[in-house]
Amino acid sequence: MLLEVAGLAVDLPAPGAMQRVVDRISFSLDEGESLGVVGESGSGKTMTALALMALTPEGARVSGSIRFEGRELIGLEDEAMRQLRGDRIAMIFQEPMTALNPLHRVGAQVAEPLMLHRGLDRRDARERAVDLLERVRLADPERAARSYPFELSGGERQRAMIAMAIGCGPRLIIADEPTTALDVTVQARILALIDGLKSESKMAVILVSHDLAVIAGHCDRVIVMYAGVIMESGPVETVLREPRNPYTLALLEARPQAGAPRGARLKTIPGAPPTQREDRSGCPFAGRCALTVPICRTAPPPEVAFGLNHVSRCHRAAEVGAAR
Amino acid sequence: MTLPARFRPRGELNLWLGAALVAALIAAAALSLVWTPYPPTAIDIPHKLAPPSAAHWFGTDALGRDVASQILAGSRISILVGVIAVGIGLAFGILLGLVAAFSKGLVEDGIMKFSDLVFAFPALLLAIMLTSTFGPGVVNAIVAIGVYNVPIIAKLTRATANGVLSREYALAARAAGRGPIAIAVDHVLPNIAPALIVQATIQFAIAILAEAALSYLGLGAQPPETSWGKMLADAQNVLYNAPGLALYPGIAIALSVLGLNLLGDGLRDALDPKLKARS
Amino acid sequence: MTEAPLLEVSALVKTYRLRGAGPFARKSSRPALAGVSFSMEQGRSFGIVGESGSGKSTLARIALALDRPDEGAVRLQGRSLFDMPRRELRAARAHMQMVFQDPYGSLDPRQRVDRIVAEPLAALGGATGAERRARVQASLEAVGLKASDASKHPHEFSGGQRQRIAIARALITRPRLVVADEPVSALDVSVQAQTLNLMSDLEREAGVTFLLISHDLAVVAHICATTAVMFRGRIVELGATDALFANPAHPYTRELIDATPRLDRPTRVQPLTPSNSVSETAEGCPYAPRCAFVRPRCLKEAPLLEAKGDESRKVACWYPLG
Repeated sequence: MLLEVAGLAVDLPAPGAMQRVVDRISFSLDEGESLGVVGESGSGKTMTALALMALTPEGARVSGSIRFEGRELIGLEDEAMRQLRGDRIAMIFQEPMTALNPLHRVGAQVAEPLMLHRGLDRRDARERAVDLLERVRLADPERAARSYPFELSGGERQRAMIAMAIGCGPRLIIADEPTTALDVTVQARILALIDGLKSESKMAVILVSHDLAVIAGHCDRVIVMYAGVIMESGPVETVLREPRNPYTLALLEARPQAGAPRGARLKTIPGAPPTQREDRSGCPFAGRCALTVPICRTAPPPEVAFGLNHVSRCHRAAEVGAAR
Repeated sequence: MTLPARFRPRGELNLWLGAALVAALIAAAALSLVWTPYPPTAIDIPHKLAPPSAAHWFGTDALGRDVASQILAGSRISILVGVIAVGIGLAFGILLGLVAAFSKGLVEDGIMKFSDLVFAFPALLLAIMLTSTFGPGVVNAIVAIGVYNVPIIAKLTRATANGVLSREYALAARAAGRGPIAIAVDHVLPNIAPALIVQATIQFAIAILAEAALSYLGLGAQPPETSWGKMLADAQNVLYNAPGLALYPGIAIALSVLGLNLLGDGLRDALDPKLKARS
Repeated sequence: MTEAPLLEVSALVKTYRLRGAGPFARKSSRPALAGVSFSMEQGRSFGIVGESGSGKSTLARIALALDRPDEGAVRLQGRSLFDMPRRELRAARAHMQMVFQDPYGSLDPRQRVDRIVAEPLAALGGATGAERRARVQASLEAVGLKASDASKHPHEFSGGQRQRIAIARALITRPRLVVADEPVSALDVSVQAQTLNLMSDLEREAGVTFLLISHDLAVVAHICATTAVMFRGRIVELGATDALFANPAHPYTRELIDATPRLDRPTRVQPLTPSNSVSETAEGCPYAPRCAFVRPRCLKEAPLLEAKGDESRKVACWYPLG
C-alpha cells in the first residue's frame, strides 16, 4: 500500500475549544490508483488533503496515522517532510493564479523543485522545466517558460502547476479542486491530462472535488465526506450507481437531471451542515436525513460492508438501497 | 454562525496601550486649560536651570520657567496642530480622492498627478516654504502641515474607494439605480472609514513631529507661546549645563507619537477583521 | 403577438480598449461583443451559456444598462434603454434587476440586511417607513428567510442564504426581468438545488422571467425554455433548450455538451488541434481554430446567426451538424 491513513483527525483552533474538522477517517491508496474525495463545503475534504502534506494551518492539531511508503508522516520532523513535499508527494491547488508566484516567471517556478530535490543546477533545471511544460501539452513551451503567470490563461496556468508538481516524479499527487475555476472544456482537457500522466507513470492521485460527475469520470474509488466523517466509500461505479448512504443519495438527487421536466422540483436536503459539532455522539447527518431514527442521534453509525470494499456508515444502510 | 473574535491578543495590547497614551495626552491638554503648577510663561530668573525638586517637578529652564507647566501647555499645541492639520487633510483629501475614484479617466489621473507633485516635496521643506512666505506662527504651521496631509489622504481614499467600487455590491447598487453620491455615502465611505481612521492616527503623529521640527527651527510657535519643539530649541542652548531640559519635551513627543501609532495599529486590527468576517 | 418582447437586444457591439498593451498582449484586439441580437418573451426564461471570454457577463451588464455598448440597442418592453433620459432610466430599473455570482461580494458587509434588500426602493424614492418595512419583510419571506433576519449583517449568513438575500433584493421592486449571472456557481450542490427550486417558484408565482447566464448546462436547462450559446462575443446557436441540448447543431455546442462531466457516460474530450495548423482569421469564423469540422469556407467568411430548417433554431455555422 502506497498510502495508509488510519484514524486521521484534524482539530483547528477556534474561539473557545478546538474544532474538529476531520473526525478519525481511514482510507488507503495503492500505487497507480486514483481516489476521489467528494463533499460540500465544511466536509473536511480540503483539510484532509492539507493534512496529508502536513500543510495544515498554524495551530492545527493532527492526530492518527498517515503511513506513506511505509513511513509515518504525522510527527515527522519539518525537514524530513519538506524533503517529501514536491518530491514524493505533490499537490495541485484550485486557484493557479494564487498558487503561482506572480512575480516569477513560470519556467523558474517549474524548475524550483528540480533544483531543490534533484540538485540540478539552474541551467539543467530550466531545460527540464521546458520539457515538463511540453509534457503537459502547453503549446510553445519555451514561450510559456519565459512568461509570467498573468500572461497565461487559466488552463495554461493549471498545466504549469501540474508540470511543477510532476517534475520530480512523485508517487502521489493530491489535486484539490484542480479544475473548479476553469471552463468546462478546459476542465475536460486538464482532467484527461492528469489521467494520462497517471497511467504513464503509475502515479497515485487523490482528487478532491465537490463535483460527483468529475469524480465519476476520473477516479477508481471514492470517499464521500460530511462534517469530517467518511459516510461512504467504495469503487466509484458502485457508490454512485447504488449508493448505500442517505447522504450520498441526497447529493446525487440534488443535481438537475438531464431529461427531467423543466422546473421540476429538485430534491433538497433540509437544514444546513453543522458548523461546529459540539457533541459527536451519533451521526452528523441525523436530523437532515430522511431516514433519521432516534438511534441516529445517540450512537455513532456502524460501518456496514457491501462487498468489493464498499462501506457505508449508517444505521439503516441496508434500507437505502431498497428505497431506490 | 460563529462570529470571529473582535480582538486578537496582539492587537488588543496595541489598542489599549495606545489608547492609554493618547488619553494621557488629551488629559494633559485638558488639564492645562484650567491648571498648571505655575504659569508656563512666568519667568523666574533667580531659580533658572533648577534641577527637579518638590517645587518644580521637572526643574526649570534657562529663564526660570517651570518645565512641567510648559510640558502641559505644550500638549495643547500638539493636539491643536494634530486635530486641525489632520482635519484639513481629511476634508480636502477625501473629497479629492472620491472625485478621482468616481470620475476615472483624465480627472482621476490629473488629481493623482497633482497629489504626486505635492507629495514629492519633502514635507518639511514645504512647511518651511509656506511659513517663510506667510510668516511664522502656529496657525501657519498648522496650515502647512495640513496641506501636506491632503495628497496622502487623497491617494488612500482613491485607492480604497476603487477597491470598494470594484466589488459586486457597488455594481448591485448601480443596478438598483442609485447615483454616484448615494453610492459614495452609503457604500464607499463606511467601507473605507477604517483605513482612513488608521491613516489619520498616523498623520496625527506625523503632525506633532512636524510641528516640533518647525518650532525647533523657529518657524512654529513664537514667544510667548510654548510648544514642545520650541522647548527643544531652547534646551539646545543650555545643553551642557542642563542636558535634562531636552529630555522632557523629547520624551513627551516620543510618547505621544508612540501612543498614536499603537492606537492606529490597534484600530486596524480591531476594525478590519470585522469587515472581512465571513461565516 | 402585438405585445412587445420583454427584452430585445439588437446588434450589440462592445470592445474594451486595453490600456498599454505590451508585447505580450495576445487578446488586445478581440471585441467583448461582436454583434449580439436576441429577444426574450415574458414568461419564457432565457439562458445564455458560454465560457470565459464569451462575453456573457458583458452582455448581462449592457442588458441592464450598467455599461454602454459601442453599437446596438437594448429595448425593455419596447422602450430603448440608451435613448431614455436619466430619470426615466432610473424608473425603468424597477422592472429589471440583477442577481450576481458571488454571494460574498454582492452584499455590502457593513449594511444590515433590511437596508440591503430595500436599496432598489431607495433609488426609486418610493416607499418609506412602514411600507418599506412591509415590503422588505414580504421579499424576505418570498425567498424563504425570516422577517427577523432583516436586522442581521451578511456575515451572519451562509453562502446559500446570502444568495437568497440577493434574490430578495432583486425582487423588491417586483421586476418583470431578473438577470442572474452565475447565481448558483459558488454554492454547494444541495444549496444549488434549493436556489434553483426558489427560482422556479418565483417564475411561476411572482411572474418573474429570468435571463440566466451560466457555464453549467444543467442549471440552464433546468430553468430556461430558450437558450443561446455564446462564443467569443457572438451567439453561435439559439433555440428551445431541450432540442438544443439533445441535438446541437453548432460544433461548439457539441463540444460543450461532450465536455460536461456526467455520471452516466465518460466525458469526450475534443483532441486539441495544434495551434499553428489553423489560426484565427479576422474575417472567418471565430471557432474555426478549434473546430473539428473546419473547412475552407469557415476561414474566409464568418457565418451569421440564421435559422436553418427549423424556424425556431438559429445557428451560426456553414456546416451545422445533424
